[in-house]
Amino acid sequence: MSDKKMGFFLGCIMPMRYPGIESSTREVLKSLGVELVELKGASCCPAPGVTRSFDQTTWQAIAARNLTIAQNLGVNVLTICNGCFDSLFETAHQLNHDEEKLKKINKILKEVGAEYKGETHVRHFVEYLHNEIGLDAIKNKVKENGGKPLKAAVHYGCHFLKPSNVKKIDNPERPVIFDEIVEALGVKSVEYKDKGTCCGAGGGVRARTPDVALKMTRENLTNMKAAGVDVIIDCCPFCHLQYDVGQAELKEFGIPVLHLSQLMGLRFGLDKEKLGLEVHKTPVKL
Amino acid sequence: MSNAKKPDPEFAKKVVEGGGKTVNLCFQCGTCTGSCPSGRQTAFRTRKLVRRAQLGLKDDILKSDDLWLCTTCFTCYERCPRGVEIVDVIMALRNMAVREGNMAPQHRKIAELISTTGHMVNLRPEDKELRKKLGLAEVPPTVLLVPEGLEQVKKICAVTGFDVLIKGGSK
Repeated sequence: MSDKKMGFFLGCIMPMRYPGIESSTREVLKSLGVELVELKGASCCPAPGVTRSFDQTTWQAIAARNLTIAQNLGVNVLTICNGCFDSLFETAHQLNHDEEKLKKINKILKEVGAEYKGETHVRHFVEYLHNEIGLDAIKNKVKENGGKPLKAAVHYGCHFLKPSNVKKIDNPERPVIFDEIVEALGVKSVEYKDKGTCCGAGGGVRARTPDVALKMTRENLTNMKAAGVDVIIDCCPFCHLQYDVGQAELKEFGIPVLHLSQLMGLRFGLDKEKLGLEVHKTPVKL
Repeated sequence: MSNAKKPDPEFAKKVVEGGGKTVNLCFQCGTCTGSCPSGRQTAFRTRKLVRRAQLGLKDDILKSDDLWLCTTCFTCYERCPRGVEIVDVIMALRNMAVREGNMAPQHRKIAELISTTGHMVNLRPEDKELRKKLGLAEVPPTVLLVPEGLEQVKKICAVTGFDVLIKGGSK
């Protein structure tokens, strides 16, 4: 199975709240020679914060149904969201390695005429760019006139690298994989205090106790601001939303927030109109 | 002694069965509490939650708001010197709490959206418009465009009892 052709898992927040992330991802991957296949009829991953918290069996059954769509098309799955990555990767990992669990979930899927064979792989955009496409291919696409020099706060989020005993992508305490891509784009990734801390939104905290979520966000933003960054670069639409909408709710900071795909769009010299930046609650002037 | 809390040794077994396999390995060092970004802002103490789970202080756990202050960031899970998979323990506890009807209305609403529409957020007219402007399909090719797909998601929620569960009933 060639991973130059991938099943593009859309999820919810990207296509419905930040479609600019979707158009940027499609454009930049196309220019890098990747073919994206539509996973027709896919649903929410489903959102781990609520679904996994409520009932882990339902969480895995819905996730496994999504995996069968890619499986039946003969492709692996690509996601640009840490939450979707959590649901889909974790489910694939467990079902691909645990026959009992696979049987249990397939008993549920049988009721809807589906069967998961336990062979599909799920890849995260950042990992895919770094390990499949490579830094040189990315560097080659950067247009020298892609805007002024930028200092970025790279935000990894939680479920891209953790739990690391399952994900095995990079060391979550001192990761470099995402920073290397940002630097390959000619953007300086700066150190800041407590880099690697949760944005505050996950686990259902934003929905249930938004004030607590915002306190965490505020602390991160304070640390980013102290490091003098021009922009926050994320790899998850939910972290993206928390930083973008969060700054509007906090009524302070005003640091533009870009998903990696949007930063790539800018640096590849893509038409700015294609990036969908006008829906950002924190204005993006770069 | 009327206020004394009765530990329930069976409780930890249920946590293990629910996926929190490593709950009994905790020796209360507090690395989890020291690493918790949520605990930095609130009175949530991960170490205490794990101890209560070991002891089986059921009501203290399942009825508490603390259980829902974890963002599942996995920092404690990564750093635990005993290899306690703390997020898995918390997920097992949350599943138990929900089965007892302890769920926030905001969470219930998200669960309802997923089980009835297949997505956790809705597609508004302005989203469609922007999608079109960006050169994307107005409606994403998900369950929104494939009614059989949505029926499958609904059926899964019926088979697992999720649809009853989120109405506050038991599974």
